[in-house]
Amino acid sequence: MHRNSIAFWSGAVVFLVAVLLTTQTIRNEYPFFAGFVILQFMVLAVAWSILGGYAGYVNFGTNAFFGVGVYSAVLLFKAFEAPLAVQIAVAALVGSLLGLGVGFLTLRMRGIFFSIATIALAIIIETSVTNWRFVGGAAGIQLQRPPVTPPFDSYVKMLFFVQALLVVTAVATTRAIQNSRIGRGLQALRDDELAAECTGVPTLRLKLLACAISGALISAGGAPSAMYLQYADPSSAFNLNYSISVLAMSLIGGTAHWIGPVLGAILLGVTQQMLAVTISSEVNVLVLGIMLVLFVVGAPNGLIGLVRRSRLRARDRT
Amino acid sequence: MTPAIASEGPLLRIDALTKSFGGFVALDNVNVEIRKGERFGLIGPNGSGKTTLVNCISGVLRPNRGAVLFGEEDITPLPPNERARRGIARSFQIPRPFRSMTVLENLMVALDFAAGRNVLEQASHRRDAALSILTRMGLASKADDPTVTLTQVELRKMELARAMATGPKLLISDEAMAGLSASEVDEVLDLLMSLGGEDVAVIMIEHIMQAVMRFSERVMCLDAGRIIAVGTPAEVMANARVQEAYLGS
Repeated sequence: MHRNSIAFWSGAVVFLVAVLLTTQTIRNEYPFFAGFVILQFMVLAVAWSILGGYAGYVNFGTNAFFGVGVYSAVLLFKAFEAPLAVQIAVAALVGSLLGLGVGFLTLRMRGIFFSIATIALAIIIETSVTNWRFVGGAAGIQLQRPPVTPPFDSYVKMLFFVQALLVVTAVATTRAIQNSRIGRGLQALRDDELAAECTGVPTLRLKLLACAISGALISAGGAPSAMYLQYADPSSAFNLNYSISVLAMSLIGGTAHWIGPVLGAILLGVTQQMLAVTISSEVNVLVLGIMLVLFVVGAPNGLIGLVRRSRLRARDRT
Repeated sequence: MTPAIASEGPLLRIDALTKSFGGFVALDNVNVEIRKGERFGLIGPNGSGKTTLVNCISGVLRPNRGAVLFGEEDITPLPPNERARRGIARSFQIPRPFRSMTVLENLMVALDFAAGRNVLEQASHRRDAALSILTRMGLASKADDPTVTLTQVELRKMELARAMATGPKLLISDEAMAGLSASEVDEVLDLLMSLGGEDVAVIMIEHIMQAVMRFSERVMCLDAGRIIAVGTPAEVMANARVQEAYLGS
């Protein structure tokens, strides 16, 4: 194995063990309750960047994929009392199918038109779910959590660990793409789709693949949300805020490397959680807006761009 | 001029190709064959259909009628990436580098996707392959530079290098010399000539006549979407209809 890979996988194992240990030692549920949201945004931001960052197709429909994940879980739980793992797996499958659908949009649409189409898609799906009585319709649906699985003593702690697993899955997938020829192909088609095609890059196939993987991960990241809130309703599950937050996190972190969205999600997620507790949950939207403006002006390539620029400067000085 | 060896079919055959945009007929029943390793000049006034023909060969455009055959295979329905993998490479009239990448990475895209299984799988070998192409193009010193820092002539060479990295049997150079100085034209021309030497057929679209005359074994002149002359450079230049198309009657 490559030295980089050894470091990465050791890091992942340490992270998961640390998460597991905290769930076994810390009594208070609140840190897990708040941490779950941050981990969730890490999954979403990393998954979003596969399509939005590498391929350059800005998906504004993160909320569509997220909501589809939530409602896949709701449906499976209500109809079959399916366990959490099954809920997540099926959500990923449905998300990847939806991703393929979005992928076919890229045949005809680029840039702003693609983004608008993804918003429209979210609205269509939300409207359908709103009118679907079995999953609660517009009023939403209450869910009774099943008993927790040992070694966890509370459901929220278990969800926290599950979400950490999803973070590792999402990051490992994105990293694998970034280091493979698929990553280079996506980067090429982002720069110039026609030139990429003529250089042998199967652009349509790569776009479909990126859409399907990104969609699967976002929906999988959304699935645990149903059990986390013990409740789901269309206007929260398909809230446009998911799209905006995830976009902001990816851009603020930088999309040139998988670590960017991770950092962005930690930075914004922690800020949002702290503001929601100390001031109000409305203020965090304002702060998100201000941070986005600052980064777009000051660091258009995000935190990664800042780091790379300062490294270049340091190299030039020597 | 000796004709192509009879036992071997043409590398590329354009068969009754017609392409129109709305009511405008850009290519009208074009037939031509390109031999393996041939240096082929394509000339014609602006708007005569040269780039449309190139787009039909490389798969960017689908013709309304007619077929494109590469080797024995009908490639008319194939998208550009499939054609690139079969050995058709091209440069663009206005250079289209992958801007977020270095020069070497631009070539790596081609090696990753088009060069196929015959190129060694290991990354270090591909890097060596890319570097050797860049060395031949005189761009080795720029390998790790971002493409945005390249000059116009370097961009043209980079595009040819990237096209060569796909391992083509046919290279189409669409006005690679436009806007270059006289000495730069010679540089690029020498590069293209050297490619012909290794069994790569080259179709060169060019307005610079000295370059076309020096380069081509055969020249074809298009006017208003029709072939008005094909032959040796001297024959085509002497053709009355060619002179008329360029100079007016």
